[in-house]
Amino acid sequence: MGGVIEASGLGKAYRRTWALRDCTLAVPEGHVVGLVGPNGAGKTTLLQLAAGLIAPTRGTITVLGDRPAAGPAQLARVGFVAQDTPVYTRMTVADHLRLGAWLNPGWDDSLARRRTGQLGLDPKQRAGSLSGGQRAQLALTLALAKRPELLLLDEPVASLDPLARREFLRMLMEAVAEHGTSVVLSSHLVADLERVCDYLIVLVASKIRVAGEVSDLLAAHRRLSGPRRDPDTLPAGQDVIEESHTDKQTSLLVRTSEPVHDPAWAVTPVSLEDLVLAYMNPANEIPARKPQLGLVS
Amino acid sequence: MIRLSWLQFRAQAVTAAAALSAAAVILAATSPHRGVNAGFYHWLYMAGIMVLYLTPAMIGSFWGAPLISRELEAGTYRLAWTQSVTRTRWLAVKLGLGCLVSIATAGLLSLMITWWGSPIDQLNDSRLSPLTFGARDLTPVGYAAFAFALGVTIGLLLRRAVPAIAVTLAAFAAVQVAVPLAVRPYLIPPVRTVSPLTTSNITGTGDGGPGAPGVGGQPGPNLALGAKVDIPGAWVYSVQFTLPGGSTNLGPEPQACISGSGNACDTALARLHLRQVVTYQPASRYWAFQFAETGLYLLLALLLTGFCIWRVKLRS
Repeated sequence: MGGVIEASGLGKAYRRTWALRDCTLAVPEGHVVGLVGPNGAGKTTLLQLAAGLIAPTRGTITVLGDRPAAGPAQLARVGFVAQDTPVYTRMTVADHLRLGAWLNPGWDDSLARRRTGQLGLDPKQRAGSLSGGQRAQLALTLALAKRPELLLLDEPVASLDPLARREFLRMLMEAVAEHGTSVVLSSHLVADLERVCDYLIVLVASKIRVAGEVSDLLAAHRRLSGPRRDPDTLPAGQDVIEESHTDKQTSLLVRTSEPVHDPAWAVTPVSLEDLVLAYMNPANEIPARKPQLGLVS
Repeated sequence: MIRLSWLQFRAQAVTAAAALSAAAVILAATSPHRGVNAGFYHWLYMAGIMVLYLTPAMIGSFWGAPLISRELEAGTYRLAWTQSVTRTRWLAVKLGLGCLVSIATAGLLSLMITWWGSPIDQLNDSRLSPLTFGARDLTPVGYAAFAFALGVTIGLLLRRAVPAIAVTLAAFAAVQVAVPLAVRPYLIPPVRTVSPLTTSNITGTGDGGPGAPGVGGQPGPNLALGAKVDIPGAWVYSVQFTLPGGSTNLGPEPQACISGSGNACDTALARLHLRQVVTYQPASRYWAFQFAETGLYLLLALLLTGFCIWRVKLRS
């Protein structure tokens, strides 16, 4: 229990195509969750379902124990920064803060003012003339000053240059550390999230491929390289996620809870990026997942 | 939420206030001549009617249609719907406030123009005529509320502002043409009077032509009449002439009317004992019609509002 997002058999179809299907997951509280997947994998759909912007076609989803957007109280507990960080172009920065104060009973005005001050945003400036980075920061400020228990961010850094990207994530992490907010943020690049997230969900072609704490995932995967060999000859308990072969060499990425003792293999740890890329590659067939990692098929 | 809606709708309200002030100045300045139905003042009288027909159309397409479609198009609904206010309340407040401003704008404008045009209306005795009826007193209020709700609904369905503006304009124009033709005449059953036709009221006679139904179903020349109807301010649907037995088949035109003198013709016609059947709405029903039609439009606006709220609740 204590899951910030719990979904079971969750699916969303647009006309006839499934944007997300058979999604079952339980995101525990107090994590910074990275939701990674290629474009069009269903990340936005999952986040919009969690924010209550769209309703599921199949299955159920609860956020902080309640149906998303069930009422004003539930809405107040979840902050959402939408993709491309929409703002009202003709309203000023100050108007946006006023909007936040009017529409959110838990609004933290001093936080909002402090943040806009730090960011150097001119209150009188129209939001339409802000740079992409400034707009993202304004949207984040609105979401943070609402003082949510869960913050959902859909590709928040996708349109930012590397410097603004780093700055955005730094400020996000500061705020999260200060208030103990749970966060789910999506990106199609794991590199964006590597530094900030401690829980990872990989979503490919509208299905969840792997989900778990980053430390558990890293501990449970190894790269094995050695002389050419058929992966089917591996002992039970070693699941091949990815394989590549040359004439003489075989390189495998395996998931195993046991240490690998076979002396024929050179065993090396796996970087998070390699791990995610292996799971993202649609050519790789992922073997049945193990329950002790909290991975549900 | 009310404060945010006001912040977003303030510009439109200010525009409306400016337009109303301008109208007030023009009408007040020309008011000493407001009974003159000629030249510039006749033109102004007609312009007032035009403006009252155009205002609801503008309200529907430029205030109603972009209200939600612009949010859907720009993606800002994702910002609005993730604040601590349910989207139904968000929509209800935006719709309610917009509708109020629309009603106030159309109402005040109608009040001014109705007052300015009243001497000429009295002169023409034309308050029930299809043209003036929709540009007087309450009806513009009903039109404005309906047009606004229609614009919002179309914007919600099309999700893009510019097509929504165009479609709203076309749809509202179609309704504005259809209602006076196909709905208004049936709101209240008309009065039908049968009275002897005095020959002095006859304005002309003629041959109904071979197309008119003749004796025994045979097409043949038939008497056609023109006559004055003397019911002040009435909205006349139709005037028919019958023989004492009730038949509308008057037989051939009397020879006296084709070749004889006017008096001979009158005598020949008097011998027929013709009756005049008038179907009409008396002028006294003006307010009943005003309430009925305004009520109808307000009801439609309410239904559209309900649909919008239902749709936003279920969306996607």
